[in-house]
Amino acid sequence: MNRATFPHKYLPWLLIAPQLAISLVFFYWPALQALRQSLLREDAFGLKTQFVGLTNFARVLSDPAYVNSIKVTTLFSALTAGLSMGIALLLAVQAEKLVRGKGLYRVLMIWPYAVAPAIAGMLWLFMFNPSFGTLALPLRWMGVQWDPLLKGNQAMALVVAAASWKQISYNFLFFVAGLQAIPRSLIEAAAIDGAGPARRFWTIVFPLLAPTTFFLLVVNTVYALFDTFGIIHAVTGGGPGKSTETLVYKVYNDGFVNLILGDSAAQSVVLMVIVIALTAVQFRYVERRVHYG
Amino acid sequence: MARISLKDVRKSYGATEVIHGVSIDVDDGEFVVIVGPSGCGKSTLLRMVAGLEVITKGTISIDGRVVNDLEPRARDIAMVFQNYALYPHMSVRENMAYGLKISGMAKPEIAARVARAAKMLELAPYLDRKPRALSGGQRQRVAMGRALVRDPAAFLLDEPLSNLDAKLRVQMRLQIKQLQRSVGTTSLYVTHDQVEAMTLADRLIVMNAGRAEQIDTPMAIYERPASTFVAGFIGSPAMNLVPVTVAEGGVVLPGGTVLALPGLALPAVGSALRFGVRPEHLQAQSPDSGAPEAQASESGMPEAPALTLEVFAVETLGADAYAHCLFPGGSDHPDEGFVVRLPGNTAARQGDRIRVSLDLSALHLFDDTSGRRIGEAV
Repeated sequence: MNRATFPHKYLPWLLIAPQLAISLVFFYWPALQALRQSLLREDAFGLKTQFVGLTNFARVLSDPAYVNSIKVTTLFSALTAGLSMGIALLLAVQAEKLVRGKGLYRVLMIWPYAVAPAIAGMLWLFMFNPSFGTLALPLRWMGVQWDPLLKGNQAMALVVAAASWKQISYNFLFFVAGLQAIPRSLIEAAAIDGAGPARRFWTIVFPLLAPTTFFLLVVNTVYALFDTFGIIHAVTGGGPGKSTETLVYKVYNDGFVNLILGDSAAQSVVLMVIVIALTAVQFRYVERRVHYG
Repeated sequence: MARISLKDVRKSYGATEVIHGVSIDVDDGEFVVIVGPSGCGKSTLLRMVAGLEVITKGTISIDGRVVNDLEPRARDIAMVFQNYALYPHMSVRENMAYGLKISGMAKPEIAARVARAAKMLELAPYLDRKPRALSGGQRQRVAMGRALVRDPAAFLLDEPLSNLDAKLRVQMRLQIKQLQRSVGTTSLYVTHDQVEAMTLADRLIVMNAGRAEQIDTPMAIYERPASTFVAGFIGSPAMNLVPVTVAEGGVVLPGGTVLALPGLALPAVGSALRFGVRPEHLQAQSPDSGAPEAQASESGMPEAPALTLEVFAVETLGADAYAHCLFPGGSDHPDEGFVVRLPGNTAARQGDRIRVSLDLSALHLFDDTSGRRIGEAV
């Protein structure tokens, strides 16, 4: 093997130090803190701290509200990842067909990604506000009893729409890059072999996009689990009646609003385990079906 | 099987015309090769036949049916791409069966056809492999097999051998020729390699800058190139083409010597010509013979014209050697370079003077400005 060697002994350490420091301070330290906190019981004023073992975990996992939160999270993540990837793929495929204005179209497609989650949430909240929302009105014309402030399903639809909308840009970029990496001659060969556009897409393009799709699946799942906090906070605040309270939102609510630090920490540890397990499963089982050029 | 007919086919990108009206009729079962330097429009022409490029003007018909506005899949053709374009996520078997499956053919029939093609191309042991687990030559054969199983009206091949190494290319060249003979399918083959073109073609189309310069059998093109471009492109090493001016009864060579060309109908004295002769059609005389140029022999028969050249480099290839020469007293402009084929064991060295005689029947004259061939009798 050919390895570059450097005369300096400490230089390599110095060079990776910033990255290490960031990981330690912003990842390992909080994670360890959460782990420690999950085994403790603290009173609301922070005066007394008591070691309670796994009691926090036992209570959290037997709480019906927590089980509800798991269901909400599963539904929300599946819908958000599915919707944002599906729409992004459709748009990317259409963009590939453009001859003129490709660049402009792509730039416009990327803009929503630059919008902060809370702002995106507010945008959707205003647009779909039952009393003055610009887009709530047409819904009402169509006979929909639109009231996301009272109806759980509609609230869910609203946060899913807002969260997907924001992520479409990101997915779009990757799908465009993925599509460009497919040699034109393959599509041409399939066309000569007699495949129509739809068939070409499903038998050639889609399978060859699998590495991109898989990568986006992992990224979008993590996004839906964690990065959508701002949107949910701005749009529904977890309501109505906990119908949009995802795991991350519950961690925040129990820890920072209700100040039940032990429960909240136990929930974050569970969440950590879930995400690690989910990613492991994706790599172990889904990636097998992925074909890398 | 079918005839392919192109009538004044043109292609423009915006205002730029890249193919300036090509017409050709490919007979049923014929193997036609389109050859030309890169950028001459040969691949574009093939892609227009395949339906991958829009035809700007003119008509293309396959088996009597105008296909200008038909999708590729409706044209009943199969194509082999330069990079093979194998579907990387499918096995060799799936690659070959793809088109058949789409056409709705019954499974047993598909299996039989794939098996037959695999046997013909010696691919049977690799049917379950993915393309990335195959060598370049095997991939090339899969691409051929994919075309073969379809049993189309015509094969279109776009430089199918250019990604192979030299030895494999020769082997595949033979195989393609045999294959085409045995299945008898009309084929249109694009290449930039003149050896491939000469060996494979029943008929050859030499293209240059979007025009078909000459369409004929390989031997006819070799023996009677229609222009300086064709003369320089077909044949290896290239034909010598030196600028000369017509004098009384002969031509003035570079360096000022007059070469008598008895019995040849020449244009008016003073016109500029290109004087062409292939390296293999020159006969070296013994280096010591100091005979005056173009002298009539004592018997009264006109002796073959001869010229004196100065060697500046000798390339030895084994059986043959190529002497790169200049005209004494001429310039060293590349146009005036003159290559002579000598036996491999030649004693000629740099700085030597050699005398070569040439056969009048192997002489080609071209107009210097238009580049077109002059004189039917030559």
